[in-house]
Amino acid sequence: MRLIPREIETLWTLFTAPVVWVAHFLVCYIGAAIYCAKPELVGLSFSAVRAGIAAATVIALSLIALSAWLAWRQWGFGTDDPPHDDPTRRDRTLFQGFATLLLSGLSFIAVIFTAMPALFLTECIR
Amino acid sequence: MGQYFSLSAASLLLASGYAGARSVLEPAGAEAQQIAILFWVMLSGGAVIWLGVVGLLLHSALFNRRRLAEKSASSIILWGGVVFPSVTLCALLAYALWLMPGLRPFAQASSAALRIEITGRQFWWEVVYHPSQGPPVASANEIRLPVGERVELTLKSADVIHSFWIPPLGGKMDMIPGRTNRLSLMATKPGIFRGPCTEYCGTSHALMAFSAVAMEPEAFRSWLAAQAIPAEGAGASGGALFLRHGCGSCHFVAGTDARGLIGPDLSHVGSRATVAAGILPNTEDAVARFIARPDLIKPGSRMPAFDMLAPDDIRAIAAWLRGLQ
Ligand code: HEC
Ligand SMILES: [Cu+2]
Repeated sequence: MRLIPREIETLWTLFTAPVVWVAHFLVCYIGAAIYCAKPELVGLSFSAVRAGIAAATVIALSLIALSAWLAWRQWGFGTDDPPHDDPTRRDRTLFQGFATLLLSGLSFIAVIFTAMPALFLTECIR
Repeated sequence: MGQYFSLSAASLLLASGYAGARSVLEPAGAEAQQIAILFWVMLSGGAVIWLGVVGLLLHSALFNRRRLAEKSASSIILWGGVVFPSVTLCALLAYALWLMPGLRPFAQASSAALRIEITGRQFWWEVVYHPSQGPPVASANEIRLPVGERVELTLKSADVIHSFWIPPLGGKMDMIPGRTNRLSLMATKPGIFRGPCTEYCGTSHALMAFSAVAMEPEAFRSWLAAQAIPAEGAGASGGALFLRHGCGSCHFVAGTDARGLIGPDLSHVGSRATVAAGILPNTEDAVARFIARPDLIKPGSRMPAFDMLAPDDIRAIAAWLRGLQ
């Protein structure tokens, strides 16, 4: 499967996972804040908010996992060890793949931490 | 009977120079208990990790200076530097979040048998009890609560941000102008605790405190019933001086013509452990000193000085106030 060609040389892929983390954070926090400030406007129960957060979390984690897999591929599935610091195109690509993989790991954990309160909180106030 | 017992216990504690327990680590309430356990879990967990890291450092610096193969070095980094911290932080976060619902108040305000409305003011606390039955009861600078019953606190501010905290009973909550914050507390042991204002609110911020008295439910109920009616001493002669010198324009004293709402309600000021928001012992002497020069005792206080009055008048008023039990 070559959805995105392996040779792609852009910094944008580096940010995919953190951007997903940001989006997930905003959806969870702004969503819960709007619901708790104006429950009658939304008209759903708090369990719907929790279900929404759960769905957003599944989507975010899948996107981050996809970004991690693409990064792993770009890193050559770990065939070479870091540091990739030769002034060659190949090392540049491997370095970027490795950095993207690490950022994906960080974002994955961060998304879980962001969503975790929804596991325990059953109402707006407690 | 029980009421007198806890009152005399209170004076005993004060007489022995004990200004009220104030440590989070000596919990006397359900919420504080959980917070204390959380603290100990975090502290011991942190200590174990610290010992592990330092131990590893000493081990590699002193006893085993052999170079590790690159493979095992990376796996130490992966497991010890990524997997272990992530899993540990995840577990600690889950534990802290799991505690939260129990530390937060009732979803419906009506679930509590007693609601206490507390308004922070520079530099004192206005307190109104709203029992589920009966009329509201006003007081100031002291909060009493029944042991073993969860009480809901409604926290407000009339001027700037203050923060409400009774460390041995529970967590801290800000009092923000224009907002109503809620907190619930359940005392598990009788006692007197000190609550400081914990958000800088002006010159006398450090002189803004209150005492919280946890009482047996029976004693609490008879105390509250007694607070709801004028004090016996309200008709005594010092009251006339109090009114004549204009104190009644700022202070409320039930059973008299003093109807002011700018300063603390003094209807039962004589029964409180302290005066001037937890700063002075409730003695005739201290009350007289406060009336004469509140600005010396609490700089920036909204109460004007009355040192132009004859010392005898001040004495008489102080004695009358002490008698408002
Ligand atoms: C302009 C309004 C005003 C007037 C007049 C006034 N007070 Fe006060 N009084 C206050 C305020 C405000 C406080 C709270 C001060 C603080 O703790 O920061 C206070 C506090 C007190 C306290 C301590 C109350 C407590 O709960 O610990 C006493 C006692 C007191 N006043 C007595 C008097 C007497 C007696 C007079 C008349 C001679 C008087 N006050 C006149 C505003 C006033
Ligand atoms: Cu303050």
